[in-house]
Amino acid sequence: MAKARPSPKDLLIAAVVLLVGRRRPRPRLRGRERIVPQGPPDRRAELVVLALLLGSAGCAAGFVAFYALDRLPNQTQLLGASLGLSLVLLAAALVVTAKRLVVSEELEHDYPAEEHVDEQLTIEQIVDESGDRVTRRRLLRLGAGAAGGALGAALITPAVSLGPVFDMDRFYGTPWRRGRRLVDERGRPYRADEIEEDTLYTAFPEGADREELGSSLVVVRLPTSALRLPRENARFDAAGIVAYSKICTHAGCAISLYRAPLFQPVEPRPALVCPCHYSTFDPARAGAVTFGPAGRKLPMLPIYADGRGILRARGNFDEPVGPSWWGVRLRKPSP
Amino acid sequence: MIRRAVRFLDRRAGAAPFVRKTLRYVFPDHWSFLLGEVALYAFVVLVGTGIYLTLFYQDSTEKVTYHGPYEPLRGQEMTEAYRSVLNLSTTVKAGLLMRQTHHWAANVFIAAIVLHLLRIFFTGAYRKPRELTYWLGLTMLLVALLEGYLGYSLADDLLSGMGLAIGYSVALSIPFLGANLAALIWGGPFPGTHDFFARMYVAHVFLIPAAIAVLLTAHLALVALRHHTQFARGARQTERKLVGLPMYPAYAPRSLGLLCAVAGVLFLLGGLAQINPIWLWGPYHTYSSTNGAQPDWYLGWLIGGLRLVPSFDVVIDGYTLVPNPFWGGAAFPLAVFLFLFLWPWLERRLTRDTAYHNLLDRPRDAPGRTAVGIALLTWVFVVFVAGSADRVDVLLGLGYQTQTWVYRVLVFAAPPAAGLVAYRICGELRAGERVERARTRAEREAREAAG
Repeated sequence: MAKARPSPKDLLIAAVVLLVGRRRPRPRLRGRERIVPQGPPDRRAELVVLALLLGSAGCAAGFVAFYALDRLPNQTQLLGASLGLSLVLLAAALVVTAKRLVVSEELEHDYPAEEHVDEQLTIEQIVDESGDRVTRRRLLRLGAGAAGGALGAALITPAVSLGPVFDMDRFYGTPWRRGRRLVDERGRPYRADEIEEDTLYTAFPEGADREELGSSLVVVRLPTSALRLPRENARFDAAGIVAYSKICTHAGCAISLYRAPLFQPVEPRPALVCPCHYSTFDPARAGAVTFGPAGRKLPMLPIYADGRGILRARGNFDEPVGPSWWGVRLRKPSP
Repeated sequence: MIRRAVRFLDRRAGAAPFVRKTLRYVFPDHWSFLLGEVALYAFVVLVGTGIYLTLFYQDSTEKVTYHGPYEPLRGQEMTEAYRSVLNLSTTVKAGLLMRQTHHWAANVFIAAIVLHLLRIFFTGAYRKPRELTYWLGLTMLLVALLEGYLGYSLADDLLSGMGLAIGYSVALSIPFLGANLAALIWGGPFPGTHDFFARMYVAHVFLIPAAIAVLLTAHLALVALRHHTQFARGARQTERKLVGLPMYPAYAPRSLGLLCAVAGVLFLLGGLAQINPIWLWGPYHTYSSTNGAQPDWYLGWLIGGLRLVPSFDVVIDGYTLVPNPFWGGAAFPLAVFLFLFLWPWLERRLTRDTAYHNLLDRPRDAPGRTAVGIALLTWVFVVFVAGSADRVDVLLGLGYQTQTWVYRVLVFAAPPAAGLVAYRICGELRAGERVERARTRAEREAREAAG
């Protein structure tokens, strides 16, 4: 026999009953004393909760609709707003339920005992008596310690493969060698006559990996009269053009700010500045620190202009490049 | 229906006594007790949105050229990691919503932990028998900071690369270990080998979340075993009697409501409030950086610490021993955490109070602790504000160097001053209460005498 399909009339009656019908459920376990105290019904709160739940459902459905629609402007905003609102409405429904539809009785509860002296003694006794048969306790303990320690060390040994430990040479390395040309971001060699004053240029060693900390340079031109290079750095410049490592010796950020002396009285000297912690270096004095946290000067690269006016390295930096580490040797002789 | 479900569970798991106790587990009610719950629920959102992000993220530093729909970056060389986050944000439907919600949730997670910590500290909730709970919580904060840092480092945009360069320099600056530690983590000198991103990735999506989950479970288990602390609001609350709402029916809808509210607000933020628009920053190269870079708020105190230290390295005979970033980037946060870890023990030594405590102090009732807490908070806050001096320079025109010198003085002067002021305020508040009590008593006596 085929099941009778509910007629529209049946559905209507069911809907009306669902909407209008009210019945307080009676506790099923009669004859037992109540645990949760009784409270009065709150029909208005029920309606509010119902409205909030329907609102939440509507917003969630909206989320699905916004997701399904293509080429929607501000889709992220609509998705976030609908999903967020749906959750917030659900939260409101739960809070109204907690405050109005369930009993909020205050209970008293004993804090657990501070300690269980008897149990503590029992545990001690079990451990103590279990070791009864051992006569050379201290020696065995030493043996267990040796086994545990050695095994622990053995188990963490493979971690050494994670990196080149104890090999500090790689931290000193740079691709700069005598004669290597300075090129720009597109790989074009820099000519000395295109370096202008008050401008910061970024240069790379020709054909080398640019991401290596020892690669990138900042190049600026100063009037030769303004140069105050110390004796060790004499002849590092190419007729007023000076080149420094672009990596700050403080925390390894790229030095991308150049404070050219646009207002003589306020900013008396040109300065290379790192935007991370504002370490400030003097390009006229071989990169000496003038302000900020950097603990040592900027490494300077000796350069010259070759016969055709192309900028080339005269050798390696005068100091290790990048942030310092325990035991870094300053003024490492260039290879 | 209920009876059958309960019977099934009890016959299989013998769970009835446990479930009954859980249903009537008592929660004392105070708004400040919700902060820890907010952190818990933000963590739930983090795990949910985070799983979604892993389905799109590539942990590869392979160089690729961008050909996606975002015009300004077309033709640029970038890592596959950055491109995958870019694609997630521009072409994956709901991808940007999930990413931004994840980022907001991280900020809210750590903010909630910090506020929760302040509540615990200033009310003395960490005292015996709850020191273990407190230490687990502090450990979670420490781990959460690292987790957040790894999270925004994974995007490999310009800002995250700058952050990694700084992290590398701080790791390098640690005495004795420094360079070897950095070599182990990065696989070699910065920017490291291809393995490095895979390592960060597994740490961010598995190792650290698993650690947080374990710590969280232990933290909550200890809270439940010892029960909550409470304020003595009336005569009913004592060191032996806890007063509050039962888990069911009163507390469960409240707490679930908070879960939905936290998730709802985070999705609203994720959809409506832009955060970390990585397409604007561009890809990272070791030779590029940008001005005005600021980390997420919870690392602001570290950038402040790194900026405030004056120029010096500890150098002996041409060898650097302790490079500068160690002080601001490692020693300062370690000192703050060390102090917080040791504080329960220190306070016990100073006050000789070894009793069990279930009742909380109001901050004014423990003026010494309040003064110490305010001093520590001021110290961290001054350094935090110093980290944004460059923004203040741009917005208000106060010279950066002048500001730095002011903060270098404040960092020593402000904490004791703030501590003293807090101590005095506590005293005044209590004196005011004494006066108030005396007056009500006098009035009552006068009334009784008259009547």
